Amino acid sequence: MNSIIERISAHAGEIILGKDRQIRLALVCLLARGHLLIEDLPGVGKTTLAHVLAKTLGLHFQRIQFTSDLLPADILGVSIYERDSASFKFHPGPIFAQLILADEVNRATPKAQSALLEAMEEHQVTAEGVTRPLPEPFFVIATQNPAYQIGTFPLPESQLDRFLMRIELGYPDAQAERALLQGKDRRELLTQLQPCLEPQELAALQQRAAQVFVSDALLDYVQALIHFTRQTPRFLNGLSPRAGLGLLHGAQAWAFSDGRREVLPEDVQAILPAVAGHRLRPGAEFAGESGAALAQYLLASVAIP
Amino acid sequence: MTNLVWLLLSLALASAPHLGRLPFWVGPACLVLGWWRLAILRKQAKLPRKSLLLLIAAAATGGIFWHYQTLLGRDAGVALLVVMIALKLMEMKSLRDTMVVIFLSYFLVITHFLYSQSIPTALYLLLVVLLTTATMIGYSHPLERFASRPRLRLAGIMLLQAIPLMLVLFVFFPRVGPLWGLPKDAHAGMTGLSDTMNPGSISQLIRSDAVAFRVKLDGPAPDNSQRYWRGPVFWDYDGTSWSTRNQAPAGAAQFVPLGKPLSYTVTIEPHNQRWLFALDLPDRLPPGSSVTADFQIMAPSALHQRMRYSLTSYPEYRLGERLTDEAWERALQLPERNPKARQLAAQWRASQKSPRAIAQQALTLFREEAFVYTLKPPLLGKQAVDDFLFGTRRGFCEHYASSFVFLMRAAGIPARVVTGYQGGEPNPMGDYMIVRQSDAHAWAEIWLDDAGWVRVDPTAAVSPNRIETGIASALPAAELPPALVQLDAAWLMRIRLSWDLLNNNWNQWVLGYDQDRQKRFLSGIHRGLDSWQNMALAMMAGLASVLSGIAAWMLWRSPRRAIDPALAAYQKFCAKLARQGIARAPGEGPVDFAARASRSRPELANQINRITRLYLTLRYGQRHPAWLPRLRKAIRRFRA
Repeated sequence: MNSIIERISAHAGEIILGKDRQIRLALVCLLARGHLLIEDLPGVGKTTLAHVLAKTLGLHFQRIQFTSDLLPADILGVSIYERDSASFKFHPGPIFAQLILADEVNRATPKAQSALLEAMEEHQVTAEGVTRPLPEPFFVIATQNPAYQIGTFPLPESQLDRFLMRIELGYPDAQAERALLQGKDRRELLTQLQPCLEPQELAALQQRAAQVFVSDALLDYVQALIHFTRQTPRFLNGLSPRAGLGLLHGAQAWAFSDGRREVLPEDVQAILPAVAGHRLRPGAEFAGESGAALAQYLLASVAIP
Repeated sequence: MTNLVWLLLSLALASAPHLGRLPFWVGPACLVLGWWRLAILRKQAKLPRKSLLLLIAAAATGGIFWHYQTLLGRDAGVALLVVMIALKLMEMKSLRDTMVVIFLSYFLVITHFLYSQSIPTALYLLLVVLLTTATMIGYSHPLERFASRPRLRLAGIMLLQAIPLMLVLFVFFPRVGPLWGLPKDAHAGMTGLSDTMNPGSISQLIRSDAVAFRVKLDGPAPDNSQRYWRGPVFWDYDGTSWSTRNQAPAGAAQFVPLGKPLSYTVTIEPHNQRWLFALDLPDRLPPGSSVTADFQIMAPSALHQRMRYSLTSYPEYRLGERLTDEAWERALQLPERNPKARQLAAQWRASQKSPRAIAQQALTLFREEAFVYTLKPPLLGKQAVDDFLFGTRRGFCEHYASSFVFLMRAAGIPARVVTGYQGGEPNPMGDYMIVRQSDAHAWAEIWLDDAGWVRVDPTAAVSPNRIETGIASALPAAELPPALVQLDAAWLMRIRLSWDLLNNNWNQWVLGYDQDRQKRFLSGIHRGLDSWQNMALAMMAGLASVLSGIAAWMLWRSPRRAIDPALAAYQKFCAKLARQGIARAPGEGPVDFAARASRSRPELANQINRITRLYLTLRYGQRHPAWLPRLRKAIRRFRA
C-alpha cells in the first residue's frame, strides 16, 4: 500500500476500530476529489469518521448540523450592515471550509439541501449576487440516517448522484466493540490526533492518483459494466456518464492507494459497490432489492473483457 | 413478465390442437392455471402451497382416469401430459423448472404426430417449435427484456442451422424396426371399410373425403366403369348385417386371365384392417400378403402405417368355374326372414329358367320401379329386405347390393356381396389416381354355370351415373357432403389436385421413407452405401461436414477483433487451470483468481503469481512488449 495512505489509515484506525475498509474507501473518495455520503444508523461513528479524516488530513473543518429549520443562509453566509463602514459586509457561512461535515443531511428541507449540493458541484457559492469561490480542496462528507427514520427528507436521485461514493459503516464486530468499550473516550483521542499531511501534500496526492494509468482493456470493462446496467430490466435506469467517470476516478484512486501505477479490474470491483450502490434502482419486477445486491449482481454478470 | 407471456403463448399453441381431443375440462383448466401464474407474477404473490398443488394434481389425474378408464395409452397419456405441464407452471421457481417446462413443451409437440403426420400439421408444429425456441432464448438471455423481433430472428436462425443436420439425419439414420411399441389406442379413429356391412355403414364412409389410397398406373387408366377396387367379400348374412367373421370358403385362388394385364402401384393409407385393395382381378401379389379363394388380398397384419405395393390385374377374367360344396352352401345361406322377397324370388324362379334371366329381372326391378339412390335412406325394420324392396325404396349402394344378393340366393343362385371402392379421380399433374373414402362402394357377384363368378352392380341399374362418372354426379346436390361438392372453377380444381400431389410426394418421400426405400435410395447414390455400417459412417461424415460448415460460416461472418495477445495467452493459462477444476468465473478479476488458485494449489502459487503479474502488466499497465514472450514462455511451462 502507498506509504502515506497507509499512515493515514493507521491513524484513523486507532480511533475507528475494525472499519479499515470503510476508512480506506473514504480516503480514496477524497483522493478522487469526490464527495462522500455516509449512511447508517445514529451512533455507529459517522461523525467520528468525518472528524478523523479532517484531522488527519490537516484540513480546515466545519460542521453543519442539518435540521428541519436550517436555511440556505445558515450554510452560505449572510451580509450584515456595519455601522462603522456604513455598508453591508458579507459574513461567510460554515461552507467556506476545506472539509464540511454535513451532519444528518436528510433532516433538512430540500431548499437547504440544494444550497449545499450546488456548492458541492460548482465549488463556488453565489450569495446576494456575488459569486465567491470556495477554498481548495473542498470536500463534503454528508451523513444521513436511512430514510425509514421519522422526519427525514430523502435526497433526490439527482442529488445523490453528486456524491462519488456512499458507504455504510455498520456495527463493529465483537472484537472491535470490546476494544471500544474498554478504550478511552473517542473525543479525547480525537483532540490528540495529529495531522499527517500538509494541505499541499493532499493536492499532490490527488494529482498523482489521477495519473494512474488506465489501459484500453480496463476502459472496455468499465464500459461493459455501464452498458449492462442500461440494458437490463433488473435496473430501473442505467448508470450515468458521471457515474462512469466516478467509477474510473475511484478505481484510479484505489489503485493509487494500493501503490500501483495501473488500474486493474479488481480496483473497479472494489469501489463499484460504493460508487454505484446509491445510483442503482431496482427495476419494476425486482422491487426491494438493495443497491448493494444490485452491485453484486452487476459484478457477477459482467465478464471481464 | 415478457418471458412468461412467451412461455404461456408457446404452450398454448403447442397444446391447442390437442384440446379438441381431450376431455372438455382440460382446456379451461389449463387456461385458468396459466392466468393464475400470470396473476402471481404481476402481483408479486407467492406460488401456491405444495399441498394445494398435490390436491389439484390428484383431482386432474382422477378426472382423466374417470374419462378414459386408464392412465396409459395415447389419449390418456397426452391428457395427463397437458395437465401436468400446466401444473408445473405453478411450481416454476428457478430457471431449471422453466427449462423443464420448455422441454416438456417440445415433447408435447412430438405427441401431435401420434395423431396426424400431414403437411399442415408439420408446418404448424414447426411454427410452435420456433416460438418455443424463442421462449427458451428469452429465458437464457442475460437481458431479461429481450424484444420479440431479435428473439424470433435468433430462433429462426437456429432452426435454419438445424435444417441441414435434420436432413442428414433423415437420409442416413439407419431405419431399424420400431424401438418401442406405440400405445394400442394410437391407431384409433382411422376410417375405412370394415369387416361388417349393414345399412348405413358405407353411406357413413362416403361423407369423408379422406384419401383411401393412391394408384400409379403403368399404362392408360381403365374406364371409370371398370375401376372396381376389390376389398372385403361377404358371404354371411344374419338379416341385418353382412359379416366376414367366418373365413371365406377354402379353395385355390385361381382364375383364367382373358384380356391384357394392367400393372400399377398402390400407396394405401392405414385403415386398421388387413385388406389390400386391387382391381378385379389381381394376379401377382404383394410380398408377404395372402389371398383367399374369393380374392381378398390380406396384408400380414392390420395396416397401421401407410404401405406401398405393386400389382398386376386382369380386367377380363373367368373365375371359379367349379364351386366347392362348402362354397355352394355358404353362397345360398339365408336367414328366415323377408317372406315377401322370398316369394318374389320363388316366382321368378318358377317363371324363368336361366339364372342370367333372373338376375336381369332383378335389375329391371331396380331400374323400372321407383327406386331412388340417396345418401339419406330411411331406417329399415326387422324385415330389412322386404321393407326396402316393397316399402321405402330409397337406399344407397349397400341396400341395393344386399337386397340383390338376397333375391338371388332366394332364387337359388349362389351370390355374395363385395365391397371396396369404385372409381377414382385421376390427377393429371402427378400422373396418378386418387381413390377416396367417398368412393366406397358395394356390389354383388353371382355364380353362373357357364361363366363362374360374375360381377353384377345393382347400383348401376338405379343410378348409372354413379358407375360411369362417380359419386358426385349421382347424388342430388343438396345431399352431397361438403367434401364431395364438385369444384366448378378449373383453377380451384387445379389447386386441389396440386395439393394432393404435394401430399402424395410427402407420403412417398417423407413419411414413406422406410428401410426399404432408404436402402434403394442410398444404393442408387453409391453402391454399398445401403449397409447400416456405411449409413452410420455417412451420417457421421455428413453431420461433421454440416457442423463445420456452419462453424466456418459463423467464424467468417463474425467481425474480426484483434485479440490482445496477452489476453490470448492468459486464456490458455486459465484453460489449463480449468482442467484442474479451478475455473475462472467471467466476472472474476485476475488477482482474485490468482489468489484463489494459489489457495487450492499452494505448490503452484509462485508460478501463478508470476504469470498473473506479467499478464496484468501487459494488459493493464503501460506496454512492455518485451514481456509478452516471457508471459508466453511461463504459460507454456506451466503444468497444472
